[in-house]
Amino acid sequence: MESTVEQESMAVLVIEPRTGYIQVGWRELWASRELLYFLAWRDLKTRYAQTAIGAGWALMQPLLSTLIFTLVFSHLAKVPSDGLPYPLFAFAAILPWSLFARSLERSTLSVVTEGGLIKKVYFPRLIIPIAATFINLVDFTVGLLILMGMMTWYQVLPQWTVLFLPLFVVVALLTALSVSLWLSALNVKYRDVASVVPLMTQLWMFASPVLYPASLVPESLRWYYGLNPMAGVIEGFRWALLGKSAPDWTMVAVSLVVVGFLLIGGVMFFRRVERTFADLI
Amino acid sequence: MSNIAVSVTRLSKCYRLGTTHAQDGSLAGALTRGLRRLINGQPASPQTQDTLWALRDVSFEIKKGEVFGVIGTNGSGKSTLLKILSRVTEPTRGRALIHGRFCGLLEVGTGFHPELTGRDNVFMSGAILGMKRQEIARKFDEIVAFAEVEPFIDTPVKHYSSGMYVRLGFSVLAHMDPDILIVDEVLAVGDVRFQKKCMGKMEDVGQHGRTVILVSHDMPAITRMCSRAILLNKGEIVQAGPAHEVVNHYLHAGHIQPAVEWPDPTEAPGNEVVRLCAVRVQTESGTVMDRFDIRNPIDLEVEFDVAKAGHVFVPVFNLYNEEDVIVFIAHDRDPNWQRTPRPTGRYTSTARIPGNWLAEGMMSVSALMMTEDPFRMHVHAPRAIGFRVDDSGAGDSARGDFHGRWPGVVRPLLEWRTKYLPG
Repeated sequence: MESTVEQESMAVLVIEPRTGYIQVGWRELWASRELLYFLAWRDLKTRYAQTAIGAGWALMQPLLSTLIFTLVFSHLAKVPSDGLPYPLFAFAAILPWSLFARSLERSTLSVVTEGGLIKKVYFPRLIIPIAATFINLVDFTVGLLILMGMMTWYQVLPQWTVLFLPLFVVVALLTALSVSLWLSALNVKYRDVASVVPLMTQLWMFASPVLYPASLVPESLRWYYGLNPMAGVIEGFRWALLGKSAPDWTMVAVSLVVVGFLLIGGVMFFRRVERTFADLI
Repeated sequence: MSNIAVSVTRLSKCYRLGTTHAQDGSLAGALTRGLRRLINGQPASPQTQDTLWALRDVSFEIKKGEVFGVIGTNGSGKSTLLKILSRVTEPTRGRALIHGRFCGLLEVGTGFHPELTGRDNVFMSGAILGMKRQEIARKFDEIVAFAEVEPFIDTPVKHYSSGMYVRLGFSVLAHMDPDILIVDEVLAVGDVRFQKKCMGKMEDVGQHGRTVILVSHDMPAITRMCSRAILLNKGEIVQAGPAHEVVNHYLHAGHIQPAVEWPDPTEAPGNEVVRLCAVRVQTESGTVMDRFDIRNPIDLEVEFDVAKAGHVFVPVFNLYNEEDVIVFIAHDRDPNWQRTPRPTGRYTSTARIPGNWLAEGMMSVSALMMTEDPFRMHVHAPRAIGFRVDDSGAGDSARGDFHGRWPGVVRPLLEWRTKYLPG
């Protein structure tokens, strides 16, 4: 037997009601990283099955939004765009915003969507919202290619600041994950959450500098503005890619702290209530 | 260190009934409750919630290499025990210790996605069960060969027959090589030949020092394969000991119910086409009974929902006696529905067993739903219900005035004629 050594050293699995502080279970989570990959892969393979233009749908929404925003906000309302061509200004924000919003929506629904699995087999439940969040990187990457095309067209070339891009992508994903950990767990018991989320993302978008530059927000309020982590992310994104006006670093720092707290709280909350998932779904 | 594979101590699970209902489960409900609590300054309002102990103080130990049986009627706590051991749900009290790589499967084909091919699903399902990718890749050919689906392995499983689906699902499970394997009623599906193959594979597993927990209604299988067993009733262990003794106890003590209903369609036996709602045994006038006078007719009834129109179904009852002999298999021959595709909706089919026909004793009934040509088994609810036939000894049954032992699988009151020539 090749795995004899492993078997002998195998720890005893204890099944009992958990009380008090519940550990995150990093080791178990790490051991299940292949499952994370498989869940994401399954989602990708099945999402566009039997559609005519397949992944084209992923691009339709950000492109259409950019077009409409350009018409309405730039041509009609004359919203300033930090001296950049407005379509570029808008698309560079819509891209991280869509990454965030899609991740949040999908991840919030994920636990209930995977109810069939949860009721039938054990695996670290945290994998589900994590997979539902990270899967959106695929659509994002395609969008990024289009953005690069647009940048070439407008002859706006990225500076060294582009090296910061991954940081802001990660913060966008973690923001989505930290909020959806709370919401996906709540959604198991209160299905109202599923209806609230689209509403919430819509309002959230107006509270983020997607359509307008953060420079429109008065200096005195910037600190509070940073409480919305997506404000820092989007400003940072524009800076990293398009190189204009560096983000307010205080704002970014506040954003990071907020995400940190939401994430830690979210993981703890999720671990607490995941025990009841199978009984409630 | 020890030779114990699984040790369970006072394991209990309590469900609060009603917590999932709208009144409690909506956000508005929770908010108003919280608000009221704040305003009134009272602690949690006295909630008159019903509780159900699905499992209560269950303790047992399973040795390494043992094949262990768990039996009981529907709702006796078997599934809850299984769910706790496979860590799908958490116990309310008590603990279980599991030594070794463990695989609990509550359903064959868990993690299968209809749009994915057989090949993709083998990897997907394997990953969910905790196998590493290389491990699945190594065993892939073996898994597919065992399931006998080689020609279709690159076809999406939505095009599979239910038999192929189940075979592939079981095959993934069987090739996991766990130290401890839990198998639910899963083997009840699929054709008889494959069932035998599965049984063979499981016995194999048992002989290689693996521990198997077998949950089944199939009493001969339990007696043949298991060394020891427990019998659950209403969440508690009624009997534990050598498998054949526990099985005997089960068959004779009448732990059998005359009606079973599945109010929750997701729990009901069935597939995407047809699902059972209820199976019952009742008198001519429709009263559910668990004891029948041998002289009276007995109605077997199955209620089912057809979710997809256009399929031809035959409801089937298999009736077993307490020696587990099949007394009869009855296919619905209602001329209105024979060879007729059924529209969606709820159906109730009743089969009448004439009075003075069955023998005395415990009977158990499996309900099935099949298409005869081409053959396809849609649903199999094994030993769903049971009842007892008694002879009151009134003298007008086949027994007459004889009160001794009376063997025989059936006991018809035949039509006797006598020719007499006076001497």
